[in-house]
Amino acid sequence: MTTVENNAPAQEIGRDRRRKEDRRLITGRTRWTDNQALTGLLHISIVRSPFAHAEIGSIDTSAAKQVPGVVAVYTASDIGADAVQLPCAWPITKDMKSPQRPALAGSRVNFAGEGVAVVVARTAAAAKDAAELVEVDYSELEPVLDMEEALKEGATLVHPELGTNENAQWVFDSGEAGSGGSAAEAIAAAEKADDQVVITRRFRQQRLVPVFMEPRSTVVDPTGEQLVMWSSTQVPHILKTMLALTLGLPEHKIRVIAPDVGGGFGGKLAVAPEEVVTLLVAQKLGKPVKWTETRSESLLTAHHGRDQIQDLTVAVTKDGVIKGLDVKLLADMGAYLGLVGPGVPILGAFMFNAIYKIPAYRFDCTNVFTTKTLTDAYRGAGRPEATFGIERMMDEVAVELGIEPMELRKRNWIKHEEFPYTTVSTLTYDTGNYEAATDQAMSMFDYDGLRREQEERRKRGDVKQLGLGISTFTEMCGLAPSRVLGSLDYGAGGWETASIRMLPTGKAEVVVGVSPHGQGHETAFSQIIADKLGIPFDDVEILHGDTQSSYRGLDTYGSRSLAVGGIAMVKAAEKVVEKAKPIAAHMLEASEDDIEFTAGKFSVKGTDKGVGIQDVALAVFAAHDYPEGIEPDIDAHATFDPENFSYPHGTHLCAVEVDTETGFVQLHKYVCVDDVGTVINPLIVEGQIHGGLAQGIAQALFEDAPYDESGTLLSGTLVDYTLPSAADLINFDTANTPTPSTTNPLGVKGVGEAGTIASTPAVVNAVLDAVRQYGVKDIDMPTTPFRVWTAINSAKGTGTQADEANVASPGAGLGSMAKSDSVKNQGGAL
Amino acid sequence: MARIRTTVDGLVYEDDVEPRMLLVQYLRERLGKTGTVIGCDTSNCGACTVHLDGLSVKSCSVLAVQANGSEVLTVEGLERDGQLHPVQQAFHDNHALQCGYCTPGMIMQSIDLLGDNPDPSEQEVREGIEGNLCRCTGYQNIVRAVQDAAQKMKPGASQAAPVGGGA
Repeated sequence: MTTVENNAPAQEIGRDRRRKEDRRLITGRTRWTDNQALTGLLHISIVRSPFAHAEIGSIDTSAAKQVPGVVAVYTASDIGADAVQLPCAWPITKDMKSPQRPALAGSRVNFAGEGVAVVVARTAAAAKDAAELVEVDYSELEPVLDMEEALKEGATLVHPELGTNENAQWVFDSGEAGSGGSAAEAIAAAEKADDQVVITRRFRQQRLVPVFMEPRSTVVDPTGEQLVMWSSTQVPHILKTMLALTLGLPEHKIRVIAPDVGGGFGGKLAVAPEEVVTLLVAQKLGKPVKWTETRSESLLTAHHGRDQIQDLTVAVTKDGVIKGLDVKLLADMGAYLGLVGPGVPILGAFMFNAIYKIPAYRFDCTNVFTTKTLTDAYRGAGRPEATFGIERMMDEVAVELGIEPMELRKRNWIKHEEFPYTTVSTLTYDTGNYEAATDQAMSMFDYDGLRREQEERRKRGDVKQLGLGISTFTEMCGLAPSRVLGSLDYGAGGWETASIRMLPTGKAEVVVGVSPHGQGHETAFSQIIADKLGIPFDDVEILHGDTQSSYRGLDTYGSRSLAVGGIAMVKAAEKVVEKAKPIAAHMLEASEDDIEFTAGKFSVKGTDKGVGIQDVALAVFAAHDYPEGIEPDIDAHATFDPENFSYPHGTHLCAVEVDTETGFVQLHKYVCVDDVGTVINPLIVEGQIHGGLAQGIAQALFEDAPYDESGTLLSGTLVDYTLPSAADLINFDTANTPTPSTTNPLGVKGVGEAGTIASTPAVVNAVLDAVRQYGVKDIDMPTTPFRVWTAINSAKGTGTQADEANVASPGAGLGSMAKSDSVKNQGGAL
Repeated sequence: MARIRTTVDGLVYEDDVEPRMLLVQYLRERLGKTGTVIGCDTSNCGACTVHLDGLSVKSCSVLAVQANGSEVLTVEGLERDGQLHPVQQAFHDNHALQCGYCTPGMIMQSIDLLGDNPDPSEQEVREGIEGNLCRCTGYQNIVRAVQDAAQKMKPGASQAAPVGGGA
């Protein structure tokens, strides 16, 4: 028992703490899955189809089996991989068409890179050598590559057994939902009205690849009572449950560990065929088995993102007030349905109306199968696509009506005094202040000054022209209220769990259900717990990523770790305090009603008597003297199911310099002012924004995953899939104008996806703003020098239209597997 | 098999290796130096960057046999008596890493850069680490960290440490 002293630790929430995680990572003491070296470990290499669409004939494994060190070569049926149905957890409609997605293809391959056999060997090198000797007879089928063609009568079917290439159609109509008027009526009325116009545009969301830096890797050890899988995954809990459901394994006999995971960005939100194959091989041989992909395998077969055709129609008054919005999407699912793939474009349904008061709205999305790598979550998942569509459209409307683009936005956005605001797509935005973020961004950017400079360059006819682009975005994140997910036919809830274990020495182990892969959870969560329990930051250990310690959780994606998982931690901490209170009262020989808790100390009101929560932890460990009728334990467990999504927003402003002679786009200035609610750690928040911006900017300027006419991915290496380097980017000016969320006790909103969601249209709007003066109407992403140059010269009528296909470089990389005349091909192991 | 003798992070090793074995595979699979990682197959990402006789190399582009008779320094050999190298410290101080997968290569390349140019401008840092890809940070804090380290490593700065830090 101690006397209460006024030595409360400094407030942790809001501090720019340096990360706990760093020490191991900067010294190389890391635990990536591929680092695992178990005695007797075997390695596998997967034999993959070079064809997009083909019947599999015979598979000759005899030569491969002769390679020294090869333990086994299995076709799909040898290990039952062809009979597996990999899970899709989001059947978006009752009648959704869903093909069987095997772990290895048995009779037909449906995208280039699909696995057809697996080689097991003593070393990874021997496995790869042998994989190249597996001979597979393929009978080529027509690839299905174009979404609109795929939906036409008589089109080649990716999955003939489904009878169609249409996965599902999902429609929201605010007139039918009662949340607004009919968009069709609004558009029809606008067509007749003299003071309104109807504007229609088609935008293309190109296909992207998440490209986490750590290639995926899985190790399975079947030798214990529990089968242990280490995997480079964002979702160890989902993976465990899905392995049980998919393979019929008893769930309590599986332990999944996500050790250090090197990035994910949605790309590791999956139950991968290779994880299942590794498990099946390990079970078959009774030995630990490792699979680690090459980068080319990753680019070819790990899921892709985006890939939509967007048709938008807006009815708007001539003074810039939007009366109706109609959105028609085609979304490319690729060859199969991923874990949440069909639902990704549907997340956009709630976001096309964005920050605007749109009285009538219709969203109609058709998901289409093609013979390409499947698409699924990639940073933002559905919301970048929607934000791009509406923010590009706002600029188009501004140009059509001759209204300054920010002024047009102001005329339509929700004003700060109108919060909470229920949107036409039925979401209720709790807090936000678009004016505040915009005012600060415009000032930091020197918007007016840059407009003047732009005008001067135009007058002078400079080679380098300036363009300014705006994106005033919001997003829904913090996935998600379980009941809402249920209403959207999602296969799970959206809650999150945390447990706090108070150790005898007063230290706290906090077991969390979210699973970090670069976000800095250990640091930010320690700050929260330190404040809530009033114990030192260094006395907190965050345990995660192992289903043995953290048995309950829904993992990390959709900017949910803090907004949902963080709140579970707060709730658990509150329970610890509640449980400790009667024990503290007993120790202080006071009535529980007289006890108050501040800064880690229980004290008796009006006295100087007190006891620290860490002392209570020791007292319940000894358990020599505690009140009758309660357990000697102050550990606690809490599950938080959010009542609403979180709605970060911000104003992003981009200036680019376009070299009109070469088409090269140079970032000139980028300012963003975001509202992500209460900031736990400003350093980490800024880092998340920076990284998010880089990925969104990369979509605008650099990245693309195109296929050739035979269905071969043309960007199968990092030579061809051009991630930005440091030299391609600039320093970003970031700031915050927080309006704390009112739907959670920390006031936090998500931050992980904000930068990516916001930045893409800001950049493309800037590029077009620079070159619209020449008559350019639109440029597809990525706005490469070739495309910009072509657009300028086509519009001016000064250049000959070159063939873009000639500048692609098939054959340049390992992933560019050229189509062969022969139907008999060796399966290429990548 | 070929016999090679190398010094890695200050220790001498002798091994028989397949002639086709890459230096990064030798480090990871034979020496257990898993601090150095592989991020691509085409020498684009730089995650595997180490120093070979004091110069940065992508260890996926060097055969193990080419390191015969050479000194190799990896991220695991940078600490001195529990003291982080100034570049390691600067990466921590400036939040220059998130998932940390590119970090070993990025640190090794940054040290090499500072050996060539002890006081680089922002643009010089950006160009100097162009061969190392990071997907998390947007590079801004990495650039800041390298410039911060440059200041700390200046002659007379309190935290002196050898540039290039040969094994």
